[in-house]
Amino acid sequence: MLENIRLSFKGIWSHKMRSFLTMLGIIIGIAAIIAIVSTIKGTNEQIKENLIGSGDNTVEISLYQGDWTYEMGYEGIPAGVPVINSQMMEEIKNIDHVVGASAYLSRQEYEVYHLNTSISGGNVLGVDNSYFSTCNFIIRRGRGFSEKDYSQFRKVALLDKDSSDALFQGEDPLGKTIEIKKEPFVVVGIVEKSKVFEPTINSIEDYYTYSQDASGKIYIPNSTWPIIYQFDEPQNLVIEVESTDDMTNAGKSAADILNSYVTTSDETLKYKAEDLLEQAKQIQQLSQSTNSMLIWIAGISLIVGGIGVMNIMLVSVTERTQEIGLKKAIGAKKSNILGQFLTEAAVLTSMGGIMGVVSGIILAEIISRLSEMPVAISVPAAVGAVVFSMAIGIVFGVFPSYKAAALDPIEALRRE
Amino acid sequence: MILDLQHIFKDYNQDKLVVPVLKDVNLQVEEGEYVAIMGPSGSGKTTLMNIIGCLDRPTSGAFELAGTNILTLKDKELSNVRLNSIGFVFQSFHLMPKETALENVSLPLSYAGVKKKERKERALKALTRVGLEDRATFMPTQLSGGQKQRVAIARAMVNNPKILLADEPTGALDSKSGAQIMELFQKLNDEGVTIVMITHDSNIASHAKKVYNIIDGEISQAAEKEEDHEEKN
Ligand SMILES: Nc1ncnc2c1ncn2[C@@H]1O[C@H](COP(=O)(O)OP(=O)(O)OP(=O)(O)O)[C@@H](O)[C@H]1O
Ligand SMILES: [Mg+2]
Repeated sequence: MLENIRLSFKGIWSHKMRSFLTMLGIIIGIAAIIAIVSTIKGTNEQIKENLIGSGDNTVEISLYQGDWTYEMGYEGIPAGVPVINSQMMEEIKNIDHVVGASAYLSRQEYEVYHLNTSISGGNVLGVDNSYFSTCNFIIRRGRGFSEKDYSQFRKVALLDKDSSDALFQGEDPLGKTIEIKKEPFVVVGIVEKSKVFEPTINSIEDYYTYSQDASGKIYIPNSTWPIIYQFDEPQNLVIEVESTDDMTNAGKSAADILNSYVTTSDETLKYKAEDLLEQAKQIQQLSQSTNSMLIWIAGISLIVGGIGVMNIMLVSVTERTQEIGLKKAIGAKKSNILGQFLTEAAVLTSMGGIMGVVSGIILAEIISRLSEMPVAISVPAAVGAVVFSMAIGIVFGVFPSYKAAALDPIEALRRE
Repeated sequence: MILDLQHIFKDYNQDKLVVPVLKDVNLQVEEGEYVAIMGPSGSGKTTLMNIIGCLDRPTSGAFELAGTNILTLKDKELSNVRLNSIGFVFQSFHLMPKETALENVSLPLSYAGVKKKERKERALKALTRVGLEDRATFMPTQLSGGQKQRVAIARAMVNNPKILLADEPTGALDSKSGAQIMELFQKLNDEGVTIVMITHDSNIASHAKKVYNIIDGEISQAAEKEEDHEEKN
């Protein structure tokens, strides 16, 4: 076997130009596939990262009316939708892969002022103390909420970067007072996601997809919520799960638990998990289906390449008739000859495959530079490509090799 | 007896026409003999040698090599006979042009499944036997005709076959290199190797102990040579 491989390399090397041209079909086919796969993978990873936020495995569950989140008016929670109570929370925390859960209150609010500066369409959230750890927030500056903030109904607030930028425009917000619906709140700290994540924006579509939430959030202790709003029923939930892949299932289960307590006659009123993973998959599939066609085309080029290999192997068998005859005369079995030619075909196409993978990677890098599309090299795809090209060599080498093995040594030796 | 051919016939079919090439050939060769088969072109020498060398099957007749009935063997078994019991030497050497002398000589060993290290040792020994140990790393293009034929002989001898078959071994060589090859054959025969050599050159044939003539597919033993008588006396 090793001897056959050595002979193959020798044979291929002695016909450098011819071998290269023969490999070209395989090289082009494999390079195209690797480049396409790398681009798909890069795009997919980016979509997933953008939508989910890298490493932050939280799912928001909120009340929906039809396809839209239910907008709380002053009348509060609609009839038939119960308060998220501690019993529901227990059930939700018992779902597989759920690490933590926190219920909170949320309203879209325009009436938030610092002096004369207002915030347009930010959200005010009434949260308990577990909220920040569940959502992987850290206190960037100042302090978080203390037990006393909750028990003494202190009017304190935490801002995120967006809301502090909007209200204070560079000024230091710590210790300053803001007004939420005319009620003064003291800013005690700035929170931030522990992993700062900036989605990569490549297109207008990306911009609209990822930038919906940029108008900022203001957090207050949930005990102070009734001071501004009349109702204090938590109707939003955030859960943290072990890994990104658990998000869809855990989110669905949590929504199901909440829905099982909903008794309203309004069929459109339902808790839903904000299923980012599902959204990501849909976008990915879209890009994948267009690209899978390209892969088919590249596959055809591989078949053409394989036929080229078969053709050149047939020529090679004819050229080496004497060699084959001599080898048989000195004791080579059919299987020896078959093995030699099959190895040669497999080595030839494997080399083509390796060169194809390298060119494909280079091509992918060039594409990513030119079009600013992300690429991610897939190691299984690269290994698969080389194995696949080896298989092409074997499949298309069988016929010529069999022809060589079946050659009549007398005829072969007579040809001078 | 190493070779025993009885009533060998060989016909070729050419366009529905049956061409008889070997007609009732009987040939017995004892172990250690040195035999030459002479005949004009087209008389069937190569055809006979292909049959002796287990490359071809006769149309009819019986053939035993070292007591084994060759004609009932399968393809794979014939390969093994060629590998282990027969060494071939051809007029046009048939060396692998891209391989060194040493690699050419080791080729049959790789078919015999000999390990790499032993292959090298044995191939080198065979090259030494033909006096070319200092040309082991040479490519065939760097060797003279006579040297190429000696490499081919080393390759034929590397598996220590019972019998060496040579078809016009000096046909492509000048008389000086031809004489060297004949010296080598003599040496091998002295060491106990059975040799069957085909030639149409009576000078070359005279090196053998026994000469057969084949004319138009029929074989007959030539008269014992006179010098042989003198030697014996
Ligand atoms: N495959 C074949 N089909 C038909 N006829 C053949 C075939 N092979 C050989 N012959 C014929 O058999 C005869 C003997 O051929 P062979 O090669 O044995 O002669 P030779 O004695 O070796 O001649 P030379 O000295 O020229 O090598 C020739 O007439 C040749 O044409
Ligand atoms: Mg001949």
